[in-house]
Amino acid sequence: MPQVAVTSAPLDLQALTRDVAGPGAGDGAVVTFAGLVRDHNQGRRVRFLEYEAYEPLAVRALARIVDEVRAAWPDVRVGLHHRIGRLEIGEASVIIAAASPHRSHAFAACRYAIERVKQMVPIWKREYFEGGDTWLEGATADPDDEQAKQEAYRIACA
Amino acid sequence: MRVTVRLFARLRDLAGAGELLRDVPDAATVGTVWRSLTVEMPALAAYESTMSVAVNAEYARMTASVHDGDEVAFLPPVSGG
Repeated sequence: MPQVAVTSAPLDLQALTRDVAGPGAGDGAVVTFAGLVRDHNQGRRVRFLEYEAYEPLAVRALARIVDEVRAAWPDVRVGLHHRIGRLEIGEASVIIAAASPHRSHAFAACRYAIERVKQMVPIWKREYFEGGDTWLEGATADPDDEQAKQEAYRIACA
Repeated sequence: MRVTVRLFARLRDLAGAGELLRDVPDAATVGTVWRSLTVEMPALAAYESTMSVAVNAEYARMTASVHDGDEVAFLPPVSGG
C-alpha cells in the first residue's frame, strides 16, 4: 500500500504497520496511532463526521510530512493515511505507523506526524451533532511556517 | 484569461459551489482573483485573514501570479486528524 493516502475506504492500521515495519529487520520499535471519531465535542453529542479534502494537495502535504520526518529522524520509516467522506462514531479518520531501530525515534516521529497533519493538511471535518451541524476550523495551513513546525517538533520530543 | 476557482468546506457552502470559472485580467494574482470573488460574494471576505491559498494544487501566496487555465484554491483553516 502507498506510504501516504487520502481515501474514502476504511483505514487498515494492521496492513500499514506491516508495510512500514515489515521490511526492516533492524527495527526495534513500531509506534502506531489511530485518530477516532468521538461521540462528543465541546459539549455537543456528535452523530457522525464528514471529511472533505483538497485531494491532490492533501496527498502532497502528507508526502511533505514524510519528508520532514525523514529529515528529523533519518532512521524512521513512516506511513500516513487519512480517510474522507462520512465517518461513524468509533471509526478511524487517520492512521500513522512509524518504525525505527529506536523506540524514542518512533514515538517522536509518530507524534510529530499527527501534529503536522492537524497544522497543514487541507482536510476539513463537518460535525453533525444532535441539533445541527458545523464545519470545524483549526489551523491556518502554511507548510512553510517554521514556528508551527518547531512547535510540532517540541511536542513530539516532550 | 480564465481560471478555475476551487472552494472548500465552509467557503464552498458560502459560495454555493465548489468550483467556479472566472475571467480575470492578464496580470492577475491570487489576490486579484480573491478580491473579485469577495465583490461578488461579500460573505467570503471574513476568511481573508485565516485562509490559505493554492495554485494548481501547490500552496501559494496571495501575491503569486496566475495564468490562463490555472486552478486557484481558497482553503479555510484546516481540521483534519
